Amino acid sequence: MSMIVSSIGQGLLWASLGVALFLTFRILDFADMTVEGTFPLGAAVAVTAIANGMNPYLASGLAFVAGALAGLITALLYTKGKVPILLAGILVMTACSSINLRVMGGSSNVSLLGKTTIFSGAFLKSLPKYFDSVFVGLVVIVIITVLLILFLQTNLGQAFIVTGDNRVMARSIGINTDNMTIMGLMVSNGIIGLGGALIAQNNGYADVSMGIGIIVIALASIIIGEVVFGELTLNQRLVAVTLGSVIYQFVRLLVLQLGFNTNDMNLLSALILAICLMLPRLSKALHLNHVIKKGVAKYDAE
Amino acid sequence: MTQNKAPLLSLTNIVTKVNVGTPNEVSILQGLNLDVYDGDFITVLGSNGAGKSTLFNTIGGGLPVDSGQISLNGKDITHLSVEKRTAFLARVFQDPKMGTAPRMTVAENLLLAMHRGKRRTLQLRRLKQSLPHFKEITATMKNGLETRLSTATENLSGGQRQALSFLMATEQRPDLLLLDEHTAALDPKTSAELMHQTNERVTQEKLTCLMITHHLDDALKYGNRLIVLDQGKIKFDVRGAEKAALTKEKLLSFFDTIE
Repeated sequence: MSMIVSSIGQGLLWASLGVALFLTFRILDFADMTVEGTFPLGAAVAVTAIANGMNPYLASGLAFVAGALAGLITALLYTKGKVPILLAGILVMTACSSINLRVMGGSSNVSLLGKTTIFSGAFLKSLPKYFDSVFVGLVVIVIITVLLILFLQTNLGQAFIVTGDNRVMARSIGINTDNMTIMGLMVSNGIIGLGGALIAQNNGYADVSMGIGIIVIALASIIIGEVVFGELTLNQRLVAVTLGSVIYQFVRLLVLQLGFNTNDMNLLSALILAICLMLPRLSKALHLNHVIKKGVAKYDAE
Repeated sequence: MTQNKAPLLSLTNIVTKVNVGTPNEVSILQGLNLDVYDGDFITVLGSNGAGKSTLFNTIGGGLPVDSGQISLNGKDITHLSVEKRTAFLARVFQDPKMGTAPRMTVAENLLLAMHRGKRRTLQLRRLKQSLPHFKEITATMKNGLETRLSTATENLSGGQRQALSFLMATEQRPDLLLLDEHTAALDPKTSAELMHQTNERVTQEKLTCLMITHHLDDALKYGNRLIVLDQGKIKFDVRGAEKAALTKEKLLSFFDTIE
């Protein structure tokens, strides 16, 4: 039981990464590799700040700002420097690994043992085991999702969406697509930095290697959400990412129960994502759609 | 025939080159001069490579000019960005895929176009409040677009998409409308329908419009002025009664003289 609660908690905490990546991967329509650098950057900034006595909420906010700045650099390389987006992301990700070591004072792992974190509050301590991460994860993801849904309904949000959908048309109606891309990458990486800060506080440490495979986990939440829930509106798809993230953690739990260890997880994550990405092809080849939809298909369907 | 009033849009000695600094450097526009007056509906003819699309890209701001000046209402806009120019300029492209956002609905596309050239703020978009208006304007196209307001535009037919692109370009009245062979990708019947709707709207609203076409019949039938581009210059420019008197035969014999 506690393992299930723990998986839900982890799923909710990690969901912010999926939602952040949704902004770039699904709306702006490119894969942003920067996140592999901004996730440990957020963790390093928050942990170092907390270790030096900063308020944990303020430190988490600082992690957001650090992530957004890294996103800004990727965005400038891409929009103004005309560096291909994949390469721009890899450059900033690589640069971040040096910066993270600097931030953490040269050590590859900084512990939060005995420090006051978001999870140290009396209320969270009074909850049963693992329910603290469920609570924090839920509050954070609800706030992020609601804010994003509201944002996407504004005129600016619509301009942001159309930038990813049809850049030429966006420009032809007066939208500065460079600015939209910069904004998207900053917000996305800011949320990733915040996610790094939360997960580091939940783990009790920051580690320079904690960013490896992040993009695959975040993509897996998006893709699993899409595969499981099918045709949805944009707002529903944002919510589906969180559910996808929780499902991913369940799969992870299952895989660990099967006797694999945590070192195998990146391999397994990649495998799960690869299968999910190929599912549309596979279902066509194996006529899965026909099998799945049998019985619920409308008679008037073509 | 000369006009006394000042031109709306004025192109002076425009030279536009491509592949500058390479052995493939070519001048597309070679000292082009054009004055467009308020209310002009100009059909633009010319063979492939004559510079028609380059002319539009130059006016639209997508291609920087190498020399010359573009002014609108007397104001120099030669170096204004594409986005800034949309405050007074709207375009419909030839490719139905280019003018609309495929994954957004018809209504969402119209709403985006309503704010053409304006600052996008954190104000709520208020889509529902605009639906009655959208229903009204889409119904004028008479092709069933009004029943598909919540359909993603990727699921529309080519004709409906181009009709939508045209509505998006005109719902927020532009000072200048550029139609780049906007019916060329459509079947003859759909093309004729959209051409008819285009003419209705442009003449009713007294829009100032430049329309590239390869159809001599359309070029003769529509508009109050006709220009022919050849080798980066305007070789032929007729308006008013002179244009009305122009026949296909005369036009064809003119084309023979420039080739």
